[in-house]
Amino acid sequence: MVTEYTTIREIVGPLVLLDRVEHATYEELVEVELPGGELRRGKVLEVDRDRVLIQLFEGTRGVDTAKTRVRFLGRGLELAVSPDILGRIFNGLGAPIDDGPRLIAEHMLDINGNPINPYARVYPKEFIQTGISAIDGLNTLVRGQKLPIFSGFGLPHSELAAQIARQATVLGAGESFAIVFAAMGITFEEANYFIRDFQETGAMERVVLFINLANDPTIERIATPRAALTAAEYLAFERGMHVLVIMTDMTNYCEALREVSVARKEIPGRRGYPGYLYTDLATIYERAGLLKGDKEGEVRKGSITQIPVLSMPDDDKTHPIPDLTGYITEGQIILDRSLHRKGIYPPINVLPSLSRLRDKGIGAGRTREDHAQLANQLFSSYARSKEVEELAVVLGEAALTGADKAFMAFGEQFERRFVRQDIHENRSIEQTLSIGWDLISRIPRAEIKRIKDEFVDRYLPKEAAPAAARGEAGR
Amino acid sequence: MSTGRIVKVSGPLIVAEGMQEAKMFEVARVSEKRLIGEIIELHGSEAYIQVYEDTAGLGPGEVVESTGTSLSIELGPGLLQSIYDGIQRPLDVVYEKAGHYITRGINVPGLDHARRWEFVPKADLRAGARVEPGDILGEVRETELIVHRVLVPPTVGAGTLARVPERGSYTIEETIAEIETPNGTRPVSLMHRWPVRTPRPIVKKLVPQKPLVTGQRVIDALFPISQGGTACVPGPFGAGKTVIQHQLAKWSDAQIIVYIGCGERGNEMTDVLQEFPELTDPATGRPLMERTVLIANTSNMPVAAREASVYTGITIAEYFRDMGYDVAVMADSTSRWAEAMREMSGRLEEMPGEEGYPAYLPSRIAEFYERSGRAICLGGEGRTGTLSVIGAVSPPGGDLSDPVVQATLKVVKVFWSLEDQLAFERHFPAISWLTSYSLYHDALRDHFRAEVADDWGRVRTETMELLQKESELKELVRLVGVDALSPQDRVVLETTKMIREDFLHQSAFDPEDAYTRLEKQYRMLTAILDLHRGSIEAVEKRCPVRKLLDLPVRERISRMRYVAEKDLAQFDDIAREIQEQLAGCLKESRTGEE
Repeated sequence: MVTEYTTIREIVGPLVLLDRVEHATYEELVEVELPGGELRRGKVLEVDRDRVLIQLFEGTRGVDTAKTRVRFLGRGLELAVSPDILGRIFNGLGAPIDDGPRLIAEHMLDINGNPINPYARVYPKEFIQTGISAIDGLNTLVRGQKLPIFSGFGLPHSELAAQIARQATVLGAGESFAIVFAAMGITFEEANYFIRDFQETGAMERVVLFINLANDPTIERIATPRAALTAAEYLAFERGMHVLVIMTDMTNYCEALREVSVARKEIPGRRGYPGYLYTDLATIYERAGLLKGDKEGEVRKGSITQIPVLSMPDDDKTHPIPDLTGYITEGQIILDRSLHRKGIYPPINVLPSLSRLRDKGIGAGRTREDHAQLANQLFSSYARSKEVEELAVVLGEAALTGADKAFMAFGEQFERRFVRQDIHENRSIEQTLSIGWDLISRIPRAEIKRIKDEFVDRYLPKEAAPAAARGEAGR
Repeated sequence: MSTGRIVKVSGPLIVAEGMQEAKMFEVARVSEKRLIGEIIELHGSEAYIQVYEDTAGLGPGEVVESTGTSLSIELGPGLLQSIYDGIQRPLDVVYEKAGHYITRGINVPGLDHARRWEFVPKADLRAGARVEPGDILGEVRETELIVHRVLVPPTVGAGTLARVPERGSYTIEETIAEIETPNGTRPVSLMHRWPVRTPRPIVKKLVPQKPLVTGQRVIDALFPISQGGTACVPGPFGAGKTVIQHQLAKWSDAQIIVYIGCGERGNEMTDVLQEFPELTDPATGRPLMERTVLIANTSNMPVAAREASVYTGITIAEYFRDMGYDVAVMADSTSRWAEAMREMSGRLEEMPGEEGYPAYLPSRIAEFYERSGRAICLGGEGRTGTLSVIGAVSPPGGDLSDPVVQATLKVVKVFWSLEDQLAFERHFPAISWLTSYSLYHDALRDHFRAEVADDWGRVRTETMELLQKESELKELVRLVGVDALSPQDRVVLETTKMIREDFLHQSAFDPEDAYTRLEKQYRMLTAILDLHRGSIEAVEKRCPVRKLLDLPVRERISRMRYVAEKDLAQFDDIAREIQEQLAGCLKESRTGEE
């Protein structure tokens, strides 16, 4: 027999304070029955003697202090999982919202999960071909990685995420994949773009969707990525699938967290976000990876690769959300407004983008022996072309040396031919590398410092005569 | 010891009443699950406890028991090659017990209590001999690489040896010796416990003398750290803090490495765990793991244990320093430690200082770094040991005015400033040569002079002056273009480009390039500077700059990094080529004039 309480004392924002409660526990799931009979859910944020602070996922509209009843359920928020969740649509709390058949749960899993023991992890090293040169060539995605897309309003991050989902799911024999998609506070149109894309490519039956749209309850978003990752963990580590998790938009998630924090009158950190934002985000992002198998040296079947998408307010990379994300994730793909204006898709600015797992995921036997050095050469040459461009603005192109001009031409070609590609163009890694080498052949040989001679001799296209000018004075 | 009841739960903080006899910083066991917590505030009979495990599901009424001891760890053979969480639970044992995920209420001791160690007593110990804390009783070969010296623990006190230790195999709990002290006969075993927040005693501190050689050229040549010194590596994300920390853990010439992964990525710890057993110590050929202790409290593990992890790490480091070893601690990242403090401070509803950090942040940071140093250890023989601390700091947005950076810079002597612009160009290590500094140059001068070269100091100063000059010239070039510079200045720009690209830039992933001995570093720099001086002389004798840029020896200089350590004679060739080609250049330009 569950005790019901009608002792609500205060309602502030999404929070409800209850009096004279016996035996409530921290993080416990709560069911709230409104006077009209509507049921909502919440969780316990703090217990202080007989007073309990509750956060309602679906907001407090219509909750009163007299007739609303509160029941404590003695467990945390759980997700029902079974193989049948594939192809289904859930709300932000993990309840099915499509017209599909009733789900029979194989397990009920607490959505908060438990931290993975670092000793139980396997270091991700397996290259994933996304078919996108700016990623595969320079900021390589590796199975089990968490690689966010830092974007801005109006930039094509959804298109890019969908393209990755479409193209990155090519597998070896005997492997199966799934996509878990978590929408947090995005518009119907954005969500629909993904759903349509999944349907068109026939991927829908491999997809699990968790949808919290812009007009859905804000606080529900706090549970959405956790429910999605619980589903992902089940599919990956119980069912042995390679799971790609797309979470968009993490900025909306963080704002929901801030809303709760402000309502609790907590001491704010930067820009009003709570001081525990780093820890909170880490409990989401760290749920990616690979696990050890049962025997020594084995890898457990299945993996979780995360592509969180976040929009940087005012395109500012130092804003707390991208900043803290970058400190947790294994790199970032940064979209750039000026490239977008130039009409370049995907507008990935490769210089500040980074994949921390790249160096161990590429090379002989994984992609190709020259990959790492070629990538470094492309990076430093493109960086130099940007400097030359600045110089040309001040001094005029006439003042540039021969080598400078070669770099400037390189930079332009790099953006047009290497970075830019069609939204449905799926380039193999060989294609990506050969475009890279073709571009490198445009700079003077003496400036190719990041690549060993051996590789230059083997891979540099022969017919393109390198510009004769030797490198002149400093950058 | 007292038993109380929970009255409040708020995240990792719980409040328990009925704790009249509890003491500050005492360990408490919380609820039936016996979660580990530490008392951090007392109000009458109410104790505020930070819990080192997830508190979900706890509620008022559950039992809390104080244990009478403060947060302590086990020190003895078996520390090396271990991977611990923030409160010294071995993660490999936790894995065997609980599987892939860390669940709550797992109680495992820090050391293996069943394993037997071969103990060899010190030769001349006699019954009745006077011993004091720090005196060597014998040793255990803990790994092929490291001999674990068994000392009279500071917890026992001075006295006379009542039972002389004997050769044999012992578990860490078995008594190996007995000491008659004024407080009675005290047994000594291979293991003792020490509270992590208390620095271990030493006789006295000494000034540093020797560099901690890291094999990283920008560090050793320009901004060296001493054995027993402190350094801080702040930088925005992606600038390469962790790679630098890993490089130092791999290559620095400390004898023992304690690597603290504090609130960082799980995969990074996995990387260390998988890579270190395969890497070998250049001096002995043994796996590097044999000299390493890892502390991994990753970002998703409980925040209070993260706060404790840096203390656990440095206490283990002090323990090995007491044996007379050179120990280095890498703490990655101290910002996460500070944030853990901030989180607890917020829950305690303390008045915040800067950026919400508690007002005691600077003093906590200073206390931590002050546990470093070169010291005369306890014990009759006057051993010296060193403890170096290298802390990474992750300021928001890479902003160096961050309170954690500022509080750290106040106490550390070396500052390696990472710049994201360098990282974008993939110039690694992305340590800025303009803003970084080391305050150990004077202390280390004699050592470099004796061990490397007489003019090491001059070479360094010259290099730094050139780099400084470059930044001024670059401003100029931005305004007027490179053609407007004097030939001398153009030579300077060429030289600094070589310094940057052929010396300072170093790949952590290329086997030949990852580590450079001091001797080779010196030869590399002198080659660049020889060419520089010769070139300046040549342009003064009206040799055109273009000719100097075409010297084939430049190609060789750009490949210097790949010269094997045993082939240093190649640098004699390079030096000769420089002279020949410069002379050739001069001759040509003279004949051209005639």
